[in-house]
Amino acid sequence: MYKKLRPMDLFLRGLIWLSAGVTILMTVGILAYILVRGVPSISWSFLTTAPSELTGTIGILPNIINTLYIVLITLLISTPIGIGAAIYLTEYGGKSKFVKIIEFTTETLAGIPSIIYGLFGFMFFVVFMGLQYSILAGGLTLSIMVLPTIIRTTQEALKSVNPLYREAALGIGATRVHMIRTVLLPSAMPGIITAIILSIGRIVGESAALIFTAGIGVKMLKLTPAGVFEHLETSGATLTVQLYQYAMRGEDLGVSFAIAAVLVIIVLLINFATKRLARRFRCG
Amino acid sequence: MRQDRAMILELPKQAQREEIYKSRRNKKAVETVFEIIFILCALVAVISVVIITAYMIFSGGPAIGKIGVKEFLFGEVWAPTAADPQFGILSMILASIYGTFGAILLGVPIGLLTSVFIAEIAPKKMRGALRAAVELLAGIPSVIYGLIGMIVVVPLVAKIFGLALGMCLFSAILILAVMVLPTIVNISETSLKAVPRELTEASLALGATQVQTIFKVQIPAARSGIMTGVVLGIGRAVGETMAVIMVAGNVVNRPELFGSVRLMTTGIVQEMSYSSGLHREALFAIGLVLFVFIMVLNLILNAVLKKGAE
Repeated sequence: MYKKLRPMDLFLRGLIWLSAGVTILMTVGILAYILVRGVPSISWSFLTTAPSELTGTIGILPNIINTLYIVLITLLISTPIGIGAAIYLTEYGGKSKFVKIIEFTTETLAGIPSIIYGLFGFMFFVVFMGLQYSILAGGLTLSIMVLPTIIRTTQEALKSVNPLYREAALGIGATRVHMIRTVLLPSAMPGIITAIILSIGRIVGESAALIFTAGIGVKMLKLTPAGVFEHLETSGATLTVQLYQYAMRGEDLGVSFAIAAVLVIIVLLINFATKRLARRFRCG
Repeated sequence: MRQDRAMILELPKQAQREEIYKSRRNKKAVETVFEIIFILCALVAVISVVIITAYMIFSGGPAIGKIGVKEFLFGEVWAPTAADPQFGILSMILASIYGTFGAILLGVPIGLLTSVFIAEIAPKKMRGALRAAVELLAGIPSVIYGLIGMIVVVPLVAKIFGLALGMCLFSAILILAVMVLPTIVNISETSLKAVPRELTEASLALGATQVQTIFKVQIPAARSGIMTGVVLGIGRAVGETMAVIMVAGNVVNRPELFGSVRLMTTGIVQEMSYSSGLHREALFAIGLVLFVFIMVLNLILNAVLKKGAE
């Protein structure tokens, strides 16, 4: 075997290594920079108090609660709908024109940028439905936004269930709904959980769609039975929106970096969790 | 004995038969109800797209009618609060296009070569690390890119190019290029992997080197997938808002590489909170223009995918 060493090959190979190096260094650089600048400012009181004019301290507890609220509402609405849609597409639809239309619109939803969701949410939920700037309006807007993520990931999971399971269940006389409930959904569960975790990632990172729907309030949650529900109707800034507020004001950069570090830690956890799930899914 | 057999063979009585039919009917009803529920769930996506489209047109359209299509799309002056208000968004449209173009120009080569590295060249251990890195890049929220841009990229750009202010189109392009990377890497990698082994092996067997095979066989064979990645990347860059608003300077200027610019997306966010009347309607009209951009991209994407499938 004799191969002439071509200088062009060496050059291109160098470029490939360089690009890969740039990609990995950039990722590590961004994450490290945020963590190094942000983590020292995170303290217990920073995470567990509201900002106070009196003491001049800054805390992000309201933002954490708002973020959790929005994650919860969005998932409550979009998970059942997304799973139902995915079941229809894989189990009932076949290759009909209707399925093609649904798949096309799902792709379309996935391609719409968050700022458009923000405008739409403002017009439809905030103004037309009269919800005002509220956590509920934000959650409803995001429910549409994460729908494609849930539908597509669940679809993948359902498709990867061994067809023999399906046939065996139907063959011994189970009805289709019974088969879906007792065979299909349990087998696809890791995939469905992955879909939910991916959606959480999107919701936590979202900002442009929330500024004009959930607004920028920082009211504290009232811990009474009524207060828990009333909180849905108040305007609430999530972590990302709050970060943006602080950063644009330009004076509280330390706080911005601390929030950024919290977000990065969440992103890392989410990535770790999906990796673990994917591995289990492949084995199981 | 005879009697026993008779009992076994005896058909279910009328009442029992009814029972069985009833349970069968019930099961059938449950089946139908659930099928309808699933169809309704699937319809939510379709309905959402229809409502969003309708709302964008109804809320953005009137302003374009009042201002005039030509004045709106090709007007160069954006002075919404002046005594004689003018609503020309040409500069914003151009800034969005240039910004996206720049991001693609930088991001596609780096992304494509990175995907080549992951798919073909990397040792097994590095492959996993790189993939994890790309996934993390995709997961970082826009505001964090914006923050990094504001604190690291903007001062750096100002220093290197000797600018008074580093908030400019170039800084926005740099940030957007990083943000489109994961899309391009992921989709290119998938399509490179889908290139039939025979093609690669035939090329190698003919004596081509690995690098020649990559650039002359594998990348051309994967081009429709790579194009998909590029179109999706364009979509992401055109629509990006929060990261850009923190680095672009946000002055409505005829876009220059090192000048402060306002893009369509940032234009909306910047003035929404205090706008009213025709001004606010005009902001929705910018949203409509952006929406049309995205829809056209979607159609292109569909065409590319169809071509790829053939």
